[in-house]
Amino acid sequence: MKPAPFCYHAPASVAEAISLLRDLRDEDAKVLAGGQSLMPMVNMRLARPAHLVDINGIDDLAHISCPDDGGLAIGALTRQRRLERSAEVARRAPLLAEALPLIGDRLVRSRGTIGGSLAHADPTAELPVVAVALDAEIGVVGPQGARPVPSSQFFVSVLTTAVEVDELLVEVRLPPATPGEGYAFVELARQHGAFAIVAVAASVALDDGHIREARIALGGVAPIPVRAWEAEEALRGQPFIPETLARAAEMTAAATDPMPDVHGSPEYRRAMAAVHTRRALQLAGDRATSTGGAAGA
Amino acid sequence: MPNGLPIMPMPVAMRVDGHLYERAVEPRRLLCDYIRQDLGLTGTHVGCEHGICGACTVIVNGEAVKSCLMLAVQARGADVQTVEALAQNGQLHPLQEAFAEHHALQCGFCTPGMLMAALTFLNENSDPTDEQIKLGMDGNLCRCTGYYNIVDAIRAAARMMRV
Repeated sequence: MKPAPFCYHAPASVAEAISLLRDLRDEDAKVLAGGQSLMPMVNMRLARPAHLVDINGIDDLAHISCPDDGGLAIGALTRQRRLERSAEVARRAPLLAEALPLIGDRLVRSRGTIGGSLAHADPTAELPVVAVALDAEIGVVGPQGARPVPSSQFFVSVLTTAVEVDELLVEVRLPPATPGEGYAFVELARQHGAFAIVAVAASVALDDGHIREARIALGGVAPIPVRAWEAEEALRGQPFIPETLARAAEMTAAATDPMPDVHGSPEYRRAMAAVHTRRALQLAGDRATSTGGAAGA
Repeated sequence: MPNGLPIMPMPVAMRVDGHLYERAVEPRRLLCDYIRQDLGLTGTHVGCEHGICGACTVIVNGEAVKSCLMLAVQARGADVQTVEALAQNGQLHPLQEAFAEHHALQCGFCTPGMLMAALTFLNENSDPTDEQIKLGMDGNLCRCTGYYNIVDAIRAAARMMRV
């Protein structure tokens, strides 16, 4: 099918975009970034926005900056393929680097942006899980100015975020990796590139064979990405052995709230959440051990 | 209509296969439809129209993209390359030769997209493994060949293009 008619706007700056979004706040306007989720819906007329605000012409939204603290600041419009090719991303955000190739397909990632994926907030998408796992800070700008939103407060519900209708997601800021920490992103999907049935991001930091700190975030098993706080707490100080990980994986699965669909019942998704959490923790811990103090340096 | 560019056609200029085109285009016109219907360049095919099949793949400013997921107005000032510019002076591109040689097409509907995706893939990786070819071509569907011949053809084209 073809898109229904809409009014097209192409602001050249963030200020211009915000002013447009403010003027259009009651007019059913949608922000168009990479278009890899919005355009299919517009083509199929599942979405019929009256206005499209195309931000692709805003050059200063596409950047990869490396602050001195060792973290990363990524402009919302940065294409996923560019992040995939970035040596700085591989070095400073190995979890993000491992998740990127699992998004859609290579052609989708040529256009798809980091900010677009977060703002779309698909419950099965990879980047929201990465953001929640890494405690990313999402930079949002509106008529009242800039406000940082912690990833823990960013996702509200299915396809819904804390970004208001007159605001724009402008930057994703990742804190520096902890030295010695290992990361893993594992996913179960019906086929390569398909929506995740369950996606798990994990990080593990070890001290002498014991878990100093672990982080676990999941996608596909609830309306928004799930952070397994209780399991993380339970892992602290425990020996890095399969039994510990299996227990934490069961706790993690119990904290999920999966929806049934044709690809799996809630029971199946919960079972797979446990299996893939265990695998992600194992892999992250193995990497922590093998990289020693090098990661994030 | 509140302050926006109208729904009415707006002027769009872009370079396609080396030629500069200027047309008045409705904002909702997809890039694939602009190429086929406004420019009459029907080498680019349109399959699913929602970014799954890859038949409409073209190269925009060096990156292979699905042209059904881009508006023509978004390609203002861009350099677009379609399958129609692959053969030069009646001479098939090595990828085209390899596709014919290895029976990498049957009905041919997916082929224009396959070729354009393969071209950018080989530009980045001139000596790929079969696994890398499969991953690099993950945005393009073929419903005839079963893909083995496509992988064979791209491997062979890579060899031809390296010499």
